[in-house]
Amino acid sequence: MTQRGSLSVWQVVERARHPDRPYATDYIGRLCSEFVELHGDRLGGDDPALVGGLGTWRGRTVVFMGHQKGRNLAERVSRNWGMMHPEGYRKALRMARLAAKFGFPVISLVDTPGAFPGAAAEERGIASAIGTAIMEWFQIPVPVLAVVIGEGGSGGALGVAVADRVLMLENSTYSVAAPEAAASIVWRDNARKVEAAEQLQLTSRDLVAMGLIEEVVWEPEGGAHLDPDAAARALDEALWRQLQPLLELAPDDLLEQRYERFRYIDSLVSAHPQFGPKVEPRRVL
Amino acid sequence: MVDDLRLRAWVCTCGHHFRIQPQSWIELLCDAQSWAERGADLQPHDLLEWKLPKPYRETLAQAAGQGLNEALRSGTALIGGRRVVLGIFDFRFVGGTLSIVAGERLARGLEYAAGAQLPFIVITASGGARMQEGVLALMQMAKVNAAIGRLHRSGAPYISILTDPTFGGTSASLALVADINIAEPGASIGFTGARVIRQATYADLPQGFQSAEFQLAHGQVDMVVPRYELRPRLEQLLGMFAR
Repeated sequence: MTQRGSLSVWQVVERARHPDRPYATDYIGRLCSEFVELHGDRLGGDDPALVGGLGTWRGRTVVFMGHQKGRNLAERVSRNWGMMHPEGYRKALRMARLAAKFGFPVISLVDTPGAFPGAAAEERGIASAIGTAIMEWFQIPVPVLAVVIGEGGSGGALGVAVADRVLMLENSTYSVAAPEAAASIVWRDNARKVEAAEQLQLTSRDLVAMGLIEEVVWEPEGGAHLDPDAAARALDEALWRQLQPLLELAPDDLLEQRYERFRYIDSLVSAHPQFGPKVEPRRVL
Repeated sequence: MVDDLRLRAWVCTCGHHFRIQPQSWIELLCDAQSWAERGADLQPHDLLEWKLPKPYRETLAQAAGQGLNEALRSGTALIGGRRVVLGIFDFRFVGGTLSIVAGERLARGLEYAAGAQLPFIVITASGGARMQEGVLALMQMAKVNAAIGRLHRSGAPYISILTDPTFGGTSASLALVADINIAEPGASIGFTGARVIRQATYADLPQGFQSAEFQLAHGQVDMVVPRYELRPRLEQLLGMFAR
């Protein structure tokens, strides 16, 4: 079994999905001295899977958004397990435009298994909602930070993770597809999820080694759920460290660098085809 | 029989549109001898060392052995005398999946079209992002849509032709954000495949769910155009954008 630190890949997946793991509002509540939640995409709906609003963080106003999976069954149902419908991506863009108008930075806390795989989402244009969001994030002329705090599932996560800096909490995952979905695609059997996870290179260490994210935010021993306060403090410091240089940039330079970040995002691995999984990740602090 | 089909633009007498390969699209849509391929030298690598259920290296070698060169071919051509940049998916290559090479060929083509003020036309046929390239394949969605945004701001037209099938990371990135989205009759187009939706939600899906006509009814495509009417329609649109 492939090992990552002391945990197997599947143990990391389970930790990222731990029912007690802090969700977006758990961090927003600890980071912000005040938070005003905003609702709605202004087109006909509000997606409870994505929470967003204005927060005061380190003395400045910031637009926060992030996924809520729900703590109990009733809340999970109402939050749809953190899986967004098209309205969620339109809500995210609407809040990003609000941030752009006032020059507020945006912080997106990503924790979703993926966009909602259901008929209603298809009928209301989930594919174009995600595609439009990905395209439009490149035109939001304020600093944007994204942090994968749990699951970064597929295009559903990427739709709210086009940012100037992308961070991952230590025990989070970011993947082209959930392991079950990948197994279902390549084996036609989602029971092969563990083997799929081991091949997907979806842990924070894998992504930082491939040059796809800027920083891994280390979690308290045993995982963020054991000490959410300490996890939030580490996140607070990492976000501030990453945001500061972005505040110095002119909007045009910011957008140019965001373009380049994704345009050449695979240059590290493409330049070194032997790179693969064998490189020991460097601890980024 | 095959010659009959070729003459009918690979459309059955019953109306069924067969899946066709990039070479056939070029013959069908482009002026003779006008195709000039770009980016053909870009080659895929097994960056994740993917082994199961089949080593990615073998998958790639087999496809290359069949004379295929990745899931997307790009190049320039003339359509009705007008120069365009094309990106054409090849479903035969690992299900037309969006990969690093496909993403790079698209991004280069889009940047070239933006710079040269040429229309960009994509023809999709894709199951989504390629699992064997992991999150690197996912990132191609952002790479390509960043470049599409630049094309839009350059003022050059972007036309997307959605063919059977167009799903997942391909439909949720480049396929539905064009100036004009055109679908082929009967093509399956969606984000999540019907099998997965049934597994996840136990829903009964109606007849024609995720068809081109379904996407037209739900506001996602501008028109459904039979294949043998596609070339005149493209010439018409390119002419209108040029005026």
